[in-house]
Amino acid sequence: MNHIFVYCETANGVVAEVSLELLTKGRKLADQLHCKLEAVVLGKNLEGCERLLFPYGVDVVHVADDPRLDPYQTLPHASILIGLFREEQPQIALMGATSVGRDLGPRVSSALHSGLTADCTSLEIGDHEDKKAGILYKDLLYQIRPAFGGNIIATIINPDHRPQMATVREGVMKKEILDPAYTGVVKRVDISRYVHPEDFVVEIIDRHMEESRVNIKGAPVVVAGGYGVGSKENFRMLYELAELLGGEVGASRAAVDAGYASHQRQIGQTGVTVRPKLYIACGISGQIQHRAGMEESARIISINTDPEAPINTIADYVVTGDVAEVIPRMIRYYKKNTR
Amino acid sequence: MEGLKILVLAKQVPDTRNVGKDAMKADGTVNRAALPAIFNPEDLNALEMALTIKEGCRGATVTLLTMGPGRAAEIIREGFFRGADDGILLTDRAFAGSDTLATSYALAQAICKLGGVHLVVAGRQAIDGDTAQVGPQVAEKLNLPQVTYVEEFLGLDGDRIRLKRRLEHGVETVSAPLPLLITVNGSAPECRPRNARLLMKYKHAKTISEIQSAAEDYLHLYNDRPYLNIQEWSVNHIDTDPAQLGLEGSPTKVKKIDNVVLQSRDARIIPATDEGIEEMMIELIENHTIG
Repeated sequence: MNHIFVYCETANGVVAEVSLELLTKGRKLADQLHCKLEAVVLGKNLEGCERLLFPYGVDVVHVADDPRLDPYQTLPHASILIGLFREEQPQIALMGATSVGRDLGPRVSSALHSGLTADCTSLEIGDHEDKKAGILYKDLLYQIRPAFGGNIIATIINPDHRPQMATVREGVMKKEILDPAYTGVVKRVDISRYVHPEDFVVEIIDRHMEESRVNIKGAPVVVAGGYGVGSKENFRMLYELAELLGGEVGASRAAVDAGYASHQRQIGQTGVTVRPKLYIACGISGQIQHRAGMEESARIISINTDPEAPINTIADYVVTGDVAEVIPRMIRYYKKNTR
Repeated sequence: MEGLKILVLAKQVPDTRNVGKDAMKADGTVNRAALPAIFNPEDLNALEMALTIKEGCRGATVTLLTMGPGRAAEIIREGFFRGADDGILLTDRAFAGSDTLATSYALAQAICKLGGVHLVVAGRQAIDGDTAQVGPQVAEKLNLPQVTYVEEFLGLDGDRIRLKRRLEHGVETVSAPLPLLITVNGSAPECRPRNARLLMKYKHAKTISEIQSAAEDYLHLYNDRPYLNIQEWSVNHIDTDPAQLGLEGSPTKVKKIDNVVLQSRDARIIPATDEGIEEMMIELIENHTIG
């Protein structure tokens, strides 16, 4: 009882990357709390999924393998999690901040009257003293996220309600196998105990899933543009530089909102997190939500007309100037010196 | 379906997208006065979708519900200007300090009180928190099915509604039964502008608190034209369990707020000249960062 649960998202038997990242984080938290790490896997064609999950340090895999559970639908998945959590009483429950997790998490937290924090950028264990009530809470989950337009970083806790729930975006936590030989137990979930026919009232008529063509996450170089790039036309230079350097183009939320780049390229708390060898920030002021998605880059170049841009403080190279003049020079001198 | 009753959930939010240098006070707290209060952008998409559904449906009505301080009545007026039929401001100190769950509880109780709602339409998320939690939590509290991230209304078939959803990696078309709660994505059609006729009609619409602080000469207006009265509900207008309201009803607590402190790396200042850029590129090539 009172273990850490990770809801594993699946599509046709394949467990989502973000779920494996959360299992990695969950294992570390479980070690700190001396409790078990348990995975909940709902979907179809899940035969043997435990062999993939155990190496991440999973002690128990709860599996429900049923064609009605894939593609994901809110009500059946919510009913299973709510029922399972009522019985198992986890202290912490984590899920991806994906279109699935952000649909499911609030529904489950509402039914259990437990707190949920969305889009955490860090999870830690710590104590909390409520001086007014004279209570010391040991080993709470600190759910840390930027808030209020990124001007502050808030640490959220759920002192009195369980499970402590949090969602985390893909790429924020690192995926790491603990031990290829690690093994646990498999528990089959009898979904008829939780799911009712009325949970299937929403009918999926049609689905078109497109594989994300953009691979910013794995790119060694990311050339990212912000609102300061000024136009969609100016963004073309970024593509040219990125292609030359074997990288990808990313964008800040402001640039995506302005229509300069597609949402798939958005880097930051509500987009993708990247850790390239080189991050070239073009006309990006660098609010905390953006930095949350790129500050672990090995090297950072900031090109900005504002010498006081916040991003300059985490940059290795600061170029104070106009993107439209600096990028062509970078292209020219890269070509000249690699010939 | 005749007499379709649509309820739009909307929120007045500080415009966090245009945060200036004066947005934070010296003590590290948020300077709300420096941030303009706006109609949450995705709630405008929600209002547009509600109005679109209403137009194809005889006898349908759109009611706006917002929770917030007295000045959030602006949201209701804005809704009137664009075609909403009715509006309710839920405002009370008892709601102060609510997290998403306590907010959802209060909103759900207000929707119960209103009664007979077939379709609740909310924006996907508000820009001051970006949590996207209130929609699904209200659905759960009302025991309604939910369809999130709706991008397009495709049609009504009797008591079912067809909708297109925008997911991270694709789109999904669903058919869902009414009553239902949907959340609307920012990629859905933008809200229509204010209508000049409605602007004239509703510009003096006020809540009772606003009327009481207005000049007396105008008071007859609100008796003569009842539609100018924006409904203002306090906690006493809805059935609630005080333990589920406000700070006490919020399972999440803010332990601490940190100012964003930037730790400087040892940044090299590169002149934006030919020589400066060439030197930087050569250095990056030589240390195998690129090339």
